[in-house]
Amino acid sequence: MVQAQVAPTRRVSPWSRRMATLAAHWSTFRSSRRGMTGLAILTFFVAIAIASSWLVSPDDLDPALATLPPHMPPSTQAWLGTDNFGRSVLDLLIAGARVSLVVGIVAALGAMVIGAVVGISAGYFAGTKIDTLLNAFTNWFLVIPWLALAIALATILGANLRNVIIVIAITSWASTARLVRAQALSVRERSYIERSRALGGTNWHTVTHHILPNVFPVIFANTILTVGLAILAETTLAILGLSAGISWGRIIEDAFTGGASTAGWWWWLIPPGICIVLVTLAFTMIGFALDEILSPRLRQR
Amino acid sequence: MGSRRYLLSKCLQALVTLWFVLTFNFFLFRVLPGDPIGMLARSEKLSPADVAALRHDQGLDLPMAQQYVVYMKNVVTGNLGESLRTGLPVRDLIGSRMWPTFLLVGLGTILASWLGVVIGIRGGWRRGSRFDTTSQYSSLVLYAMPEGWLGMLLLLVFSGWLHWFPAGGYATPYQSGVTHLVDLLDHLFLPLLTLTLGYIGGYAIVMRSSMIDTINEDFVHTARAKGVPERLVRSKHVVPNAFLPSFTLIILSFGFVLGGAIVIETVFSWPGLGLLTYNAIQTLDFPVIQGVFLIASAAVIVANLLADITYGYLDPRIKQA
Repeated sequence: MVQAQVAPTRRVSPWSRRMATLAAHWSTFRSSRRGMTGLAILTFFVAIAIASSWLVSPDDLDPALATLPPHMPPSTQAWLGTDNFGRSVLDLLIAGARVSLVVGIVAALGAMVIGAVVGISAGYFAGTKIDTLLNAFTNWFLVIPWLALAIALATILGANLRNVIIVIAITSWASTARLVRAQALSVRERSYIERSRALGGTNWHTVTHHILPNVFPVIFANTILTVGLAILAETTLAILGLSAGISWGRIIEDAFTGGASTAGWWWWLIPPGICIVLVTLAFTMIGFALDEILSPRLRQR
Repeated sequence: MGSRRYLLSKCLQALVTLWFVLTFNFFLFRVLPGDPIGMLARSEKLSPADVAALRHDQGLDLPMAQQYVVYMKNVVTGNLGESLRTGLPVRDLIGSRMWPTFLLVGLGTILASWLGVVIGIRGGWRRGSRFDTTSQYSSLVLYAMPEGWLGMLLLLVFSGWLHWFPAGGYATPYQSGVTHLVDLLDHLFLPLLTLTLGYIGGYAIVMRSSMIDTINEDFVHTARAKGVPERLVRSKHVVPNAFLPSFTLIILSFGFVLGGAIVIETVFSWPGLGLLTYNAIQTLDFPVIQGVFLIASAAVIVANLLADITYGYLDPRIKQA
């Protein structure tokens, strides 16, 4: 008390405390070789995605305006050859970076929001009917074969990018919810929650000011992992003809239906897959590194 | 909780989940924005009279509650409706496509789980060894690889370039005996390889991490302290206990046998349920998509029930929980 009177500004605000934690986490993350490799790969692709509108014009992607011969192997004119319309595969890949990353990230964010709301509500109201109901709901989504569900949803909603994002978000939030519920359950038992309630904190206050900040690290690490899965999911849907726009998955589908496998046009088929593998690996490596930093169980090992 | 009550509660849970799937399936095609029949009408340029007839055939002009009762009754009696395209009963369509999928995914699951478990045991036992790091990185890369693309890649190399294997399909017709079998295996090889490579990583990761957990358990230290040779510590004490999670995973993945290979079957034109689904997507044949969704979900629910029951027997601690 005396100290507070002498120097009231010295009181550490929750915000600066969080920034300090963040800085500490960042330095731990920097020492993780796996995490930094993932971050480097991801930065490269994000840069390409951001710059894609300067690197590639819509005319480059228009089949009617393509000037190069179709199925041309890599050359100085087109570093990665051309597709069946004579478009440069490299141009397609650059445009695809944006579509694939946006679909993956937005779908994962959607899944994160659903998973966090369901998980926190279930964990906070553990033992009540709300929890039982939400749990049954989550378990149901965990059990259902996701691809069969995604196909059913995507065919009904119609294949466009917005719907693909919705379908992926709907089919991938359940594991996040289960993880978040477990974490919320353990946070709920801590004494400062009881203190907050005793001081008259409402449910809303307790959840937003105490549970959410403590559960957030788990949600964050999980979301990063989900982005990788969402990009894979988009690829799967694209191969089945259920996606739209020029994503990497779509280029693979075009190459396959265009006969690239049997005709040996490797430059059309292989590069988009390598992009997907690299980006998914990047998100997975970053996710695992974050998991090690943020989840106490693994850190103690 | 007694084992009888445990069994009963698990069965009840499975039934509730199944009912939920049925109801969900019902509303999926009736309530969601997006109108299946309208979509079909646009793609096929049907006249309004045709559309009305189609709605009537599908029973979509009845009140919702009545539709629900009819739907439930049909499903329970094994009537999954008729294909909008061929007019054939969906049940027969699914039945005729089941065997190729069973063959492909069944064999793939057995191979992948066996190899994955063996790799996981070796990696987890010597954690950090060169074998362990190599297998971990390979698992990670295989996990990040879209399985359909992996299949196309294998097709490019082994069929497009080397011409070792056919580019797809099931078997050449009008053959019998050994010739048929060889031909079948010839067609089966690439999709099976894709499936096995695609799933091996999951099993390896689960087995490895439960090996690592088990190695630190007290009874393992006790076994070592008694002077049990390392080889026996591994085979008699660690592996049997570490195998439980993998065992559950294997049983669960048999539930995915029916819906699990949609992409791979599409890539290799393997005439199973997956290809049926793909063709149904292409032609907007909604009753078929619904039927596949239903069968695939039911299979997973049954597999889950089996996993719960066997787990209860293998690990009595579960039942007390």
